[in-house]
Amino acid sequence: MSEKILELKNISKSFSNLIANDGVDFDLKKGEVHALLGENGAGKTTLMNILYGIYKPDAGEIFLEGKKIDISSPRDAIENGIGMIQQHFSLVPSFSVVQNVALGLKELGIIPDLSKVRKRIVELSNRYKINVDPGAKIWQLSAGEQQRVEIIKLLYVKSKIMILDEPTAILTPQEAKGLFETIREMTANGASVIFISHKLKEVLEISDRVTVLRHGKVIGTVETKGSNENDLARMMVGRDVVLKIDKKPSHPSKPILKIENLHVIGDKGIEAVKGVSLEVKGGEILGIAGVEGNGQRELGEAIYGLRNYTGNIFINGSKVRSGDVLERIKNHVAYIPQDRKADALCGGLPVYKNLFIKAFSSPVFSFNPYLFYPEKLRKPAEKLVKEFSISTSSVDQEVKFLSGGNMQKVVLAREIESEPKLIIAVHPTRGLDVGAEEFVYNVLLAQKERGTAILLIAGDLYEIFNLSDRVGVLYEGQIIGYSEPDESHIEEIGLMMAGVKNEDKI
Amino acid sequence: MNDIVISTFAGAIRAGTPLLFATLGEILAERSGVLNLGLEGMMLMGAFTGFSISYITGNLWLAVLAAILVGGLMASLHAFMSITLRINQVVSGLALVFLGQGLSGFWGNAYVGMQANSFQNLKIPLLGDIPYIGPIVFNRDILVYIGYISVPVIWWFLYKTTAGMNLRAVGEAPDAADARGINVILTRYLYTIIGGFFSGLAGAYISLAYTPMWVQNMTAGRGWIAVALVIFAIWDPVIALIGAYAFGGISVLQFSFQILQVPIPVNIMNMFPYIFTVFVMLFASSNRIKKLFGAPSALGVPYSREEKT
Amino acid sequence: MKIKFEKKSTKPSKVSIFLSSLISILIALVFLGFIILSLGDDPFEAYWQLVSWAMGTVPGLIQSLVSMMPLLFTSLGVLIAFKMKLWNIGAEGQFQMGAFAATWGALYLFPNIHNPWVMIPLLMILGAAFGAFWGFLPGIMRAYLGVNEILSTLMLNYVAIYWVNYLTYGPWKGPGSYNFPITAKFPQSAILPQYGSGGLNFGIIISIIMAFFVLYLVKYTKFGFHLEIAGDNLRAGEYAGVNVKKLIILAMVIGGAISGIGGMAEMSGVLFRLQPNFSPGYGYTAVIIAWLARLDPIATIVVSFFFGVLLVGSQQLQLFMQIPSSLINAFNGILLFSLLASEVFMRYRIKVVRS
Repeated sequence: MSEKILELKNISKSFSNLIANDGVDFDLKKGEVHALLGENGAGKTTLMNILYGIYKPDAGEIFLEGKKIDISSPRDAIENGIGMIQQHFSLVPSFSVVQNVALGLKELGIIPDLSKVRKRIVELSNRYKINVDPGAKIWQLSAGEQQRVEIIKLLYVKSKIMILDEPTAILTPQEAKGLFETIREMTANGASVIFISHKLKEVLEISDRVTVLRHGKVIGTVETKGSNENDLARMMVGRDVVLKIDKKPSHPSKPILKIENLHVIGDKGIEAVKGVSLEVKGGEILGIAGVEGNGQRELGEAIYGLRNYTGNIFINGSKVRSGDVLERIKNHVAYIPQDRKADALCGGLPVYKNLFIKAFSSPVFSFNPYLFYPEKLRKPAEKLVKEFSISTSSVDQEVKFLSGGNMQKVVLAREIESEPKLIIAVHPTRGLDVGAEEFVYNVLLAQKERGTAILLIAGDLYEIFNLSDRVGVLYEGQIIGYSEPDESHIEEIGLMMAGVKNEDKI
Repeated sequence: MNDIVISTFAGAIRAGTPLLFATLGEILAERSGVLNLGLEGMMLMGAFTGFSISYITGNLWLAVLAAILVGGLMASLHAFMSITLRINQVVSGLALVFLGQGLSGFWGNAYVGMQANSFQNLKIPLLGDIPYIGPIVFNRDILVYIGYISVPVIWWFLYKTTAGMNLRAVGEAPDAADARGINVILTRYLYTIIGGFFSGLAGAYISLAYTPMWVQNMTAGRGWIAVALVIFAIWDPVIALIGAYAFGGISVLQFSFQILQVPIPVNIMNMFPYIFTVFVMLFASSNRIKKLFGAPSALGVPYSREEKT
Repeated sequence: MKIKFEKKSTKPSKVSIFLSSLISILIALVFLGFIILSLGDDPFEAYWQLVSWAMGTVPGLIQSLVSMMPLLFTSLGVLIAFKMKLWNIGAEGQFQMGAFAATWGALYLFPNIHNPWVMIPLLMILGAAFGAFWGFLPGIMRAYLGVNEILSTLMLNYVAIYWVNYLTYGPWKGPGSYNFPITAKFPQSAILPQYGSGGLNFGIIISIIMAFFVLYLVKYTKFGFHLEIAGDNLRAGEYAGVNVKKLIILAMVIGGAISGIGGMAEMSGVLFRLQPNFSPGYGYTAVIIAWLARLDPIATIVVSFFFGVLLVGSQQLQLFMQIPSSLINAFNGILLFSLLASEVFMRYRIKVVRS
């Protein structure tokens, strides 16, 4: 067995109200891929942020090649040969690829010689078969391409230890395969890789060893070879994870949502949705799969009226106006946006007000706009808190202090309270742990039973398989095809996510 | 007629110079991600300091240096408030304006109506003899020439040097810069204070060259116009130069109008720069334009490594 | 050594907010003391001068109340926009436009109305309308074009000030003004009821009623609820079906109207004629008052009175100690800084870490 290149001993870190890491030990051998597995919120990213100098640990030591080192900033980490690709990429959008790679390099001097940097980038991309255009600006690149830039950055400074935080979340199954090949190439050249993930399958595929974290503690480290999905899942969640999801066959009624030839302009001023037509019936869940950034956000926002569009949207048979949220709410349309904190919650307001921010929009309420006592919302809020088992010290707690799962429950409680006929859910379980995930699934399925039409836009294919009755794939702003929500179709769906149409294959 | 043309354009450059300095400084601060609305206050303190030091010592360069330092000192207060304490940069900037108005008014009360040394025009040989251009551009005081030089220097610095690249990265994607080992906090302090230096210089120009005397609140909103000019210039020093001189031109138009006997009352003409500023912002404010030209997207957002909001 | 901030997981209590405001004022007074010392004056004597007459005598108290009135109106005006995190710095201009409109009405528009019961409400509507218009402009520019409201309101302040200058130096210069830029005096019908000779007038009562109206508006109406939502998170407001653009305009318009009424009350209740520089920057001080009162309309009454005292006191300072009254501006600046800093200490636990 090769020698340990890195050792973390007894690392602890707590934030004001939660313990993120509790006496964590972790080591990395030269040339291995060591997976760090755990649920959302288990403390994986915190641990790696400590290693990369972004967080300062409350206690613990870091040893590099047997020597104790002190890492108090990313600069220290970089100088020690540690590199990290964070989930949110560390790239400057208006800079070119070359400038991004050059940024922060020590050898630059006063006036940087970017042509030298460009030459090395071309060399590296040839050697590792990583395809990037060095002159392109970051904002023009897809998420997958941006990830490649991040990899080039690590290779450029000859990082010995590379930390990849959930790198496959933004990739198609096929792109993920490409990434794995690059990882193997890198380890073959002597680098060691820490691979953060909460997906069992890919961990089993890529790693040599797995360390499982749960609630900030190490549950155990195992050799990947002798392990299997069930064992790892049990370690990760602490119980057998057979998601108790009871997906009943659908009995679709009449169409609730009908979209004809929808075109939406995205934030960059480029068309993000290019002629989508679809239909969702009452009592059915239509899943929309696709790699993020293919128009999902814009599609959801346009249907809910947050974004202007051209084309037609019918809700319950009647045409609705572009960019009119109020009309949607009056028509019992509920929306679970992908970024709940930024889009659906008032972090600084108490839970009880957040539960009723639609007090004057939703047709199920009738408050007097000229004499309104917010205090009177407390009682019904308490009822909702109980019903949706939202864990909060009181309904007066500001929402920003809740955990991600409880925030999502606040959103769900509010949206379900308004008796929706249509729910648009965009990545509804992102960042949630298994318990909260299960809760969200069951709420959505219960709504389906009630006869609600649900449009589920999600990146995680298994989420779509678990919930939907049909699945469409969104690629570059178009529904490229439909398939069955079943694992046996994963290859086909994956190809569609990469833009290969059903017919092309034949 | 020729005289009027020359005096109008020369006046535009003179009136535009303090705007140019303040705008350039604010461009640097905002490029690092710090919004400092306190230009008006820093300029006032610069004007007062410059004038009083010139009055006491008679040494103009000492006066300018002192004004620059005071501008930097006030900016460092804003830097501490907004970078370290991470409080609302808008309110902190406003507080700086109040502070500058108050202190300069309080201490400056004794200097109202006094005389002090001021900068004189300095004709550049040869260039100063070119018809029209010479008397307009090359027969000015030395601070105006410093203004000319600052623009290409800052442009080169921003776009061609490593430090400039780091600065832009800090203002646009502080977490990315931090992850590459660039000290975000230090960078922001540095450029906020440098921005203050420029505001101090802008103030000194007003009280030592433009209208060489001390009057309470003599900057008359130029600090605010400079803030608007930064938006107009889309954070680019070259456009800032054009904008500053154009605004300077508008504010001296009244003198030319008077000579030409254009029947517009002075008080109405006094409104022009402010109305013009509003119009400029109408066109420069769209988010599309800002994104297209690389506005510092982290502007006004305090940075903390551990706490991302 | 490094300073570290840890967010506290609870909201600061009302007591700690009150205490921290008090401490901020004390800290500001200490700094101000040094500034007064810098000119060789005795800070303690200055502080005594600042409050003894303004708070210790009946005419002084009346003066302070009279000074409170424009401050209260303008503070309430900016408060509404601040609730939505709109930085309306335009109360000064809105106030001046209100004063202009009242003068226009009293002297030029309604020369034939002699009944104060008709005249006063008309002037009030006129003042409100012009104040509202001066708020509407930056409001609509912000809502539809994203124009920074700080800059636009500030620029419009200057425009309003020069407008008043233009009128008083030019077409509206009154007869018998000895060539001073000052309009004719308001007719009796355009003057608010006066109580005694010290300047006490009905406008003060209107301003206090206005505070309660604003309380109702921000706390007990749909408008107020939506202000709170959009103020916390604009996107969440849109998500909840609030017409955010309309709300922005409405907040600016209502705020402008209140400041405009303030300008009218200053004309009809205190000055009776328009002149340049009739406002010592009430609209700017209003920003600090609203902030110090933590956007609470009732607290705004108290804080406005406190600043009224300071204003009157600073005139005493100038009179008896020759201390320039711009000292008050410096105090405002320092106070705002110490208030902001105290905010940090309330919301964060501060640790010094050795590294």
